[in-house]
Amino acid sequence: MAKITASVYTSHVPAIGAAIDTGKTTDPYWVPLFKGYEPSKSWMEASKPDVIFLVYNDHATAFSLDIIPTFAIGCAAEFKPADEGYGPRPVPTVIGHPELAAHIAQSVIQDDFDLTIVNKMDVDHGLTVPLNLLCGSPDAWPCPVIPFAVNVVQYPVPSGRRCYNLGQAIRKAIESYDEPLKVQIWGTGGMSHQLQGPRAGLINREWDNAWLDTLISDPDAAASVPHIDYVREAGSEGIELVMWLIARGAMDDVAGGPPPKLAHRFYHVPASNTGVGHLILENQ
Amino acid sequence: MALEKPYKDIPGTTIFDADQSRLGYHLNQFCMSLMKAANRERFKAGERAYLDEWPMTEEQKQAVLARDLNRCIALGGNIYFLAKIGATDGKSFQQMAGSMTGMSEAAYRDMMINGGRSVEGNRYIGEDGDAQAHRQPQGKKD
Repeated sequence: MAKITASVYTSHVPAIGAAIDTGKTTDPYWVPLFKGYEPSKSWMEASKPDVIFLVYNDHATAFSLDIIPTFAIGCAAEFKPADEGYGPRPVPTVIGHPELAAHIAQSVIQDDFDLTIVNKMDVDHGLTVPLNLLCGSPDAWPCPVIPFAVNVVQYPVPSGRRCYNLGQAIRKAIESYDEPLKVQIWGTGGMSHQLQGPRAGLINREWDNAWLDTLISDPDAAASVPHIDYVREAGSEGIELVMWLIARGAMDDVAGGPPPKLAHRFYHVPASNTGVGHLILENQ
Repeated sequence: MALEKPYKDIPGTTIFDADQSRLGYHLNQFCMSLMKAANRERFKAGERAYLDEWPMTEEQKQAVLARDLNRCIALGGNIYFLAKIGATDGKSFQQMAGSMTGMSEAAYRDMMINGGRSVEGNRYIGEDGDAQAHRQPQGKKD
């Protein structure tokens, strides 16, 4: 049977992608950020999964205001890097895993989560920047990826509790798949940032780190944080953090297993407008 | 019955909810059209004529022409959509975000390098933080 081996959490700031694409990763501004992901790259080499289930949000790229799915699962064979207005990022096409994606859709929808099934979609920096941070800039991504897009652009976005419960349903789906695949689940976005209005530039290092502590040791408490706390304390775009709860809800301890092992933790301010957080949790 | 909107008491912040989305539908879809290189070229060649192809309000069109992102947001724009205008203009996300504060580009960048804007005084309308209405625009000379 398939098994979730680990969960990875990271911010997905577009400027990180731009720094990689324009060869600025050794600029003094970016050195501390990329240094924080060096252990993650080594970990990824040593713990290569068969599939990554990657939770992210689309930033008005694949989804305009014509259709706004709350949860969308990518079931296609491949996903092209999107042109977000600056031309497509020069990164590999993302290869999907249609069989596992279809299995997860079937299982999770029967567990009362009404996913939108997407068979054609370009993927933006929300998905490709985390892949760069963990895998570098290879000619091909190391394994198939199932994109899972969450609406965090138009309010109301799903609650933290809803995301956490969905993670548990995704875990059940993955662990009922017959092939013995090693699957990682990634939650991306956040941490504190606000990109709009006179309050733009808000960063809350203390709140971010306290939230990381809670996510690691008491995920049920993290799932209880209401939307308004994210917005007030971590900025209007800090709400993206609800996506981390999908990955956290899929870990063994939530289903009665042992607590996960913290393999890596990193926090850095700033990347452009954003407080960058990163965790790797392994199932024991 | 009016629905609860607890986020209305945060200074300098507009939450893009279903009501804002309804107001801004055509404005945001205009922005979305700039994802295509050919449309970016046509927009740059004649902004007013291009905007007139969209059923936007005159106020929305003026806000776009003036690149007044705060006004665009008040009229239903969403920052991820408005960012397509910035991309067309060759601006980074940081330049766009900074433009909404009244700070110079350098002052905004320095604020971010020094750890970003503090939440202190900026949680609730009526406090005295730098995002409060009575302290706008920021970066003005005393």
